[in-house]
Order: sequence, then structure tokens, then C-alpha cells
Amino acid sequence: MIKKNSWVQIKKTILAPEQRAANLPEPTKKVPLVMWVKGWLLADGTLGEQARIKTVTGREESGVLVCDNPTYRHNYGEFVPEILEIDKIVKTELFGGDSDE
Amino acid sequence: MNDSYESVLSRKNQIMQNSVGINYDKYEFGKIGFDYEAMMADCGFTLPEVRKIQAEYGVGNTPLKECRNLAALARKFAKPGFGARIFIKDESLNDSGSFKARRASMACYKAKQLGFKGVIAATSGNYGAAVASQAAKHGLKCIIVQECFDSKGIGQPEIIEKARACEAYGAEVIQLSVGPELFYKFLLLLEETGYFNASLYTPYGVMGIESLGAELIEDCLKLTGKVPDMVVCTNAGGGNLTGTARGIYKATKKKIQIVGASVNLKGLHMANDIDFNRKSFTTGHTGFGLPFMINPDRSDVPRSAARPLRYIDRYVTVNQGEVFFMTEALAALEGIERGPAGNTSMAAAFSLAQELPENQIIVVQETEYTGAGKHHQAQLSFARQNGIDIFFGNPQEEIPGKTIILPKSAGMIMTQDLDLESIRLKYIQTQVSKLDSLSKTDIDYLAIETNMPRERVLEEIAKYNINVEE
Repeated sequence: MIKKNSWVQIKKTILAPEQRAANLPEPTKKVPLVMWVKGWLLADGTLGEQARIKTVTGREESGVLVCDNPTYRHNYGEFVPEILEIDKIVKTELFGGDSDE
Repeated sequence: MNDSYESVLSRKNQIMQNSVGINYDKYEFGKIGFDYEAMMADCGFTLPEVRKIQAEYGVGNTPLKECRNLAALARKFAKPGFGARIFIKDESLNDSGSFKARRASMACYKAKQLGFKGVIAATSGNYGAAVASQAAKHGLKCIIVQECFDSKGIGQPEIIEKARACEAYGAEVIQLSVGPELFYKFLLLLEETGYFNASLYTPYGVMGIESLGAELIEDCLKLTGKVPDMVVCTNAGGGNLTGTARGIYKATKKKIQIVGASVNLKGLHMANDIDFNRKSFTTGHTGFGLPFMINPDRSDVPRSAARPLRYIDRYVTVNQGEVFFMTEALAALEGIERGPAGNTSMAAAFSLAQELPENQIIVVQETEYTGAGKHHQAQLSFARQNGIDIFFGNPQEEIPGKTIILPKSAGMIMTQDLDLESIRLKYIQTQVSKLDSLSKTDIDYLAIETNMPRERVLEEIAKYNINVEE
């Protein structure tokens, strides 16, 4: 159970596939338009069930409770070794072959 | 009130008028014309006023820096005597980390002046953080609506970082899956909250950038004693180029070549749930650049203040691999680590510099902040996870959505020119193809809008079955 006043994220379907705009590409037409929004839980809730929240602007929204204390997990990804190669290329082209000595 | 998709969209004009405080009908004339300059003038801020407000709110007066090593590298591939000096306007140093702070500063100032309680902007780009930052300074509430995730909930790392930044400045962030109906939720929120629509495309959103154009002329004169020969602007919705050019021509009478640069995303559909995470640039690309140039009024206000065809002299594309390469080169050779999207114009400038004599000057008019998610390392890694093949080769062979080709040599970075004449003619087609008559003032309007001689416009109109009224 997630306690009232916890900082949470909810998910809500804004438009079902059949309610969506005309002329969408096929892959988009098949899926609903979904919204994610964060706020404080207005009553004790359970993950995966309906919940109401109050957002930082004071609005109320409802949807399926997807997580508690939503965390930023974006990062610099897996290392991309080609980036080191770019350094070598530009330094060699500008300063000559011994630039890394 | 009926909140169905059709019903909300049918209330669009009224919602817009209430949320921006501009009566757009007032500027309409003829069948298609509208008085752009009157709309800009009526918004009530002169350039000196814009600069004064921005200085008070952490915006502007960013340094112009010479990129000597990049210019020296460009000269290695240019014919003797060629390879212009390259300068970069370090816009990442505005509060919130991009030139978008200039646009947001005027929108939020106006919202506060008009007595609105809050602001809303629909943007997945740096503009969100810019509006959130400026709203924080004015004590305004702020909602940012983003297109962020595909239908599986997988988000573009760059956009997720921008959401974090918006939240850091105290905004509520509404994150949506892929689709143009973002506009529907945006309208609903405007109606529900009564907040100001801090659109990128109101006069405020564009006049805020005029200071950038004016500053870069003054900075360049201070550093070199000359005005630049060419200014390169990353182009998406057209506001950056429009505002910069307007500011330039308020600061100098000399003709300066204004070049728009976009990342080539040919073949990727912007509203496609699958293509969404197969692109590595979420803005500054042709998927926005071309449609907004051909039809600027497709934006989120009835009449857009971003009208790039009036000002653009040349429009070039660069490929994703070239921009990532140049982003790393800027760090490795100039010691300036910045976000990739802002370096679109730098990649173009590196190639364009080779066409100009070495005593000429190119100004790249922006940089953007970088960080987790919003970094070439993060974005290349994400592309690789999504099955994009990343390798060294000839970037001209890159296929957006399938490959990212990093140039084997800096000398392989080469802009591709888009045919501006055909874009101008497509603009005319979009405007007139469903009409049977036009007034003389409409023809004048088309000439100004497309920056073509009136005779050329008439010649083009003759191809359609249109009666030109006296």
C-alpha cells in the first residue's frame, strides 16, 4: 500500500485508439494516447489501481498508480567507444600524427 | 462542457484568444493576408525594452567565443585562402541553459503583466525548462506538456532530462505518448486552468530572440571590428531564425547571409510511434523545419510570429552522425562540452566555413546545456539500443532511423542545400490551392512572405485557376 500524501506517478489513457485523430500513421493509430503525471496521492492507494493525485500546480488528476517516489534514472548510457575515435581523428587531422604522444 | 476530441478542437480559437490576450482577427486582410508587423508592434516591447527585461531575469549578454581550432581544422580541407573564422554564441549560459530563455522571458513577463496566475507551454525541447525557469522568477505556476514516450513507455533520454529540468524549476510536467493530439490535452489544460499560453509562436516568443541577433552583431564588432558575413541558425519551428534575423537587421544595415540548418531526418514520420525512438534528434530537424517553413501557421496559435521564409537566404541540412561528430570535436578541440541539438548549426558552419575566404566570419548563434540523457554519449547509446547501426563512413549515406554514420574524417562533413525556391513555391501552393480568387494585397503579402519579387509570385499564381481582383 502507498500512503496518502506520497509523491507518485499515475498513468491515464487520454484517447482510446478509436478516439484518435484521423490520418495518423498505422503504428500510432493502433495504440491509445497515454499521459503520465506526478503528484501527491490524495488517499492511500495500491500500485496498478486507480488513484487521485494533486499536482504541484494544485490540479487534481486521476489514473492508474504506476510508481511511488518516481526516480530520474536517465544517464549517459552504455559507453560508446566511437567517441574516443572521434577525438583521435580530429586531433590527428589538426595537429598531426603524434598528437597523442 | 463536452470534452471530446472534436468538441475541444472546435473551441480552439476561443481558447487561444483567451490564453494569449491577442485578437488575431484584427490583423487579417484579403483572403489570406495578415499584418505581421502590426501584430509584432502591438505587443508593446521595443528591442531596448526586451534587453532591459532580459538583463533583469538572467537572460542574454552571453559571450561570443572564437573557435580557432575548429576553423584551423576546416582550413585543412578548404582550398588555399579559404576557411572562414568561426564564432559561437554560448547561449547555454542563459539561466535554464539555452537561447530559449530569451523566448520564455518575454512570454512570462507578459503573462505576469496581464495578471495570469500561471503559464502553459507545449514543448519537448529546451523551451520547457526555459518557461519553467522564468515562471519561477515571476512566481507564476507552470505546466509543461511534452511528447515524451512511445506507447511502451520508453522515453527519449533527451526529453526525460528536459522533464527533470522543468521539475527542478517547479513545473508540473505532463508527459504524453506519441501523437499530434498532444494539442488536445494542451487545449483542455488551458481551459481548465485559465493560464497564459506561453507558445513559442506568439510575438513574445519571437521578439525575445531579437536581442540575440542584435547582441551577436555588437559582440562581433567588438571582437573583430566587423559584422559577420554569415550567421547560421538551427531551424525547427522557425522562431530562432526569424527572431535572430530581425534582431540582426535592427542592429546593422549591412546585408548578412542568414543560413538555416536542420538535421536531416528524411523518411521518419514525426507522429509515428515506432519512428519516435529511432531518431536521435528531437528538435532542430527537417521533420519540423520543412513543414513549418511551408506552413508557419500550423503552430499552436492562429498566426505564428515565426516566419522564416521572410528572412532565410539559404537552407542546409546536416546528418545526425555529423552533428554528433562535431559535438565531440567541440569538446576535444575547443574545450566546450555542449548538448548535441544546439550543435546542428556548428556542424553546418564547419562545412560552410570552407566555402568562404579565411578573412570572413561565420557566427553560430547558439549552444545548449548538456547533461545526463542530453549528451551525445547518452543519445548514441540509446540509438544503439534501438537497433540503429552506428559506424564510421560517409555520412552522406546515412539513412535516418537505420544508420548513424560518423564521418571517417572531419573533411567529410558536408552540408546539403535544400532548394529554397521550391520551398517558397510550396508555401504559395499551401496558401492558394483551395482558393478561386485573391486580392492585390494578397499578392503583396505572398511576395513578402516568400521573399520573392511580386512578378514571380504572379507568374506562379497563374498556374492555378485563380482570379486576381483589383
